Amino acid sequence: MRHLLSTKDLTRDEAIALLDLSDEMAQVNERGLRKLPTLRGKTVVNLFFEDSTRTRVSFEIAAKRLSADLINFSAKGSSVSKGESLKDTAQTLAAGGVDAFVIRHGASGAPQALAERGWTDVPVINAGDGTHEHPTQGLLDAMTMRERLHGFGSTRGKALDGVKVAIVGDIAHSRVARSNLYLLKTLGAEVHLVAPPTLMPRGLGLQHYDLDETLASVKPNVVMMLRIQLERMNSAFFPSANEYSNIWGLTEERFARLSDKTVIMHPGPMNRGLEIASSVADSPQSAIVRQVANGISVRMAVLFNLISQERQIHE
Amino acid sequence: MSEFVLKAATLPDGSVADVKVSGDRIVEIGQGLSGGEIIDCSGLNLLPGFVDLHTHLREPGFEQSETVLTGSQSAAKGGFTAVHAMANTNPVADNAAVVEQVWSLGQRAGYVDVYPIGAVTVGLAGERLAELGSMNRSIAGVRVFSDDGKCVSDPLVMRRALEYVKAFDGVIAQHAQEPRLTEGAQMNAGAVSAELGLAGWPSVAEESIIARDVLLAQSLDARIHVCHLSTKGSVEIVRWAKAQGIRVTAEVTPHHLLLTDESTRNYDPTYKVNPPLRSAEDVAALREALIDGTIDIIATDHAPHPSESKDCEWNAAAFGMVGLETAASVAQMVLIDSGKSTWMRLAEVLSHAPAAIAGHTEQGNPIAVGSIANLTLIAANVARKISRGTASKGQNNPYADLELPGEIRHTIYRGYFTVRDGRLAEDGRH
Repeated sequence: MRHLLSTKDLTRDEAIALLDLSDEMAQVNERGLRKLPTLRGKTVVNLFFEDSTRTRVSFEIAAKRLSADLINFSAKGSSVSKGESLKDTAQTLAAGGVDAFVIRHGASGAPQALAERGWTDVPVINAGDGTHEHPTQGLLDAMTMRERLHGFGSTRGKALDGVKVAIVGDIAHSRVARSNLYLLKTLGAEVHLVAPPTLMPRGLGLQHYDLDETLASVKPNVVMMLRIQLERMNSAFFPSANEYSNIWGLTEERFARLSDKTVIMHPGPMNRGLEIASSVADSPQSAIVRQVANGISVRMAVLFNLISQERQIHE
Repeated sequence: MSEFVLKAATLPDGSVADVKVSGDRIVEIGQGLSGGEIIDCSGLNLLPGFVDLHTHLREPGFEQSETVLTGSQSAAKGGFTAVHAMANTNPVADNAAVVEQVWSLGQRAGYVDVYPIGAVTVGLAGERLAELGSMNRSIAGVRVFSDDGKCVSDPLVMRRALEYVKAFDGVIAQHAQEPRLTEGAQMNAGAVSAELGLAGWPSVAEESIIARDVLLAQSLDARIHVCHLSTKGSVEIVRWAKAQGIRVTAEVTPHHLLLTDESTRNYDPTYKVNPPLRSAEDVAALREALIDGTIDIIATDHAPHPSESKDCEWNAAAFGMVGLETAASVAQMVLIDSGKSTWMRLAEVLSHAPAAIAGHTEQGNPIAVGSIANLTLIAANVARKISRGTASKGQNNPYADLELPGEIRHTIYRGYFTVRDGRLAEDGRH
């Protein structure tokens, strides 16, 4: 693995190895002294062209736990707002000596352009590109599912064969949905997508419009709710927040009809009371807080994997 | 006055003959001709000089992308003897002064006839009609009008434009793209766009405009020309309209005849173009329509850009690709090498028909005694690997590294060799 641009590029063995490494990192995170010297002297650049406190901070903590130096670059107030191109920005930062780029960008494919167009030769980690992918989110979701379904401490080497996952919401504009779909399928899970027809992209996965019918017939082990953006109403994707919530939201009534083993997930940030009822988000079946913690472990694993491999190539 | 004989050339009907040119005219066709220089053309296909109805020459205003001179040279290399310069320059070609400027730049370059296309609306804004009559009466004699790059989407403005240009047998060339259905659109809407997470450009955004426009043309008994058809549905609408006797003509670009949205998978903006590259099914329908006559012409939509406009992330990149120097090869592939059509048809779609749509009498002439000597000679049996760089300033060449059939050996523009043995003349015709 040279870059992490898409979960689609990961083989089953690579994905399981990354998840196993993430579990080891989680153990570090639960120790009293949460720091490894592994990436001392290495520099990671957070290249954020879109606002994202959660992902940026998660990568920042991950890099620091591995003793790497971290530079945060955000587009606001930078030369980008004065019209500098992605190529020039990356080359300027790389000139100072960089061991990995973590990039969040509003344009789908921007991380791939950075990795493959010959602008720079350092590893690139996609931290979310447009409506394309968010691979570390996919990995942290898979890590969370392994823990919940196989039990803590007995996840090593395991995949998600036969696990049924329903992903509900704005699939069309969701990079989380795409990264989960590809990774979960690679790991053997059965992925069901549920959305209003206007928010369902053509040709991806097993598709359903009716949430109640899907929950009843599929009996998913995991229900993952996606954030709905209210601006979508302006483009007539759906009529109102109220109607969306009634038809596609995980309300208390819907939650009550699920098995008490069903794991509830959400990539955050949540619209409580819109796509997910507050009490559902806070229930013992919810893994939402654990997802955030696992995000740090997964990002440590990815940084470690890419940068240490880079070292092997050069040494 | 120069005089030469093209010896033993293969004419579009398959016969082999000598063609004698004196000055700017064909003066004799037959066997064993002599007089002036004798040029061996055995094994070469002689065709009427190509006429491109859709070319972006970028001047005035975007000279870093292309100039009338460099675009004309690229056209000559591609076997063209005439191009039509699109109006989306800066300033926009929406008045007599700008079209006359482009016209005279073309004359000064001297590699092809450069016919300016006038904008339909002031500033391409789609609101008020540009001075179509004044452009027609200028020395540029504009008869083709287009807001290309933008759609004349307001049905009232479109209706008026179609009707108004009947005064001088003009034609509106529509860029069919419903703007509301393509807000932020990046590529063909389909399985590939869903996977790449790029905003989709639905086929119906093109088809709904074409359907509306052919009905408007029918109600007014006006002519309508549809630019760069890209979908199977558009083909079906045009086929239906022609069956009704509606006066519609349609063009297809070389890239829509060859490439699909699969090319966009690595987010390389070289393949970003408007309308977008579509599916293999669309490509097959376009090829069939070109062969059966539903589509009248091939037009390049040659759209050069400087490298910085493409060396960036997909969303930030400009739309467009170059195409003048590969158009004949794609035409040969689709019509001749497929075994499905003829050199006569190739001459029709690249020369006679585009000249007729624009109403030119000195381009697209048959290869006959008395015709203006606008001629192209192709070595059809040669396969060549396409290099990225061309005579155009644009490096946005989607054909780079592909192997395509056929090579332009000579281009003769009004009796003057703009390309001789594959090499561009150092000077234009003056």
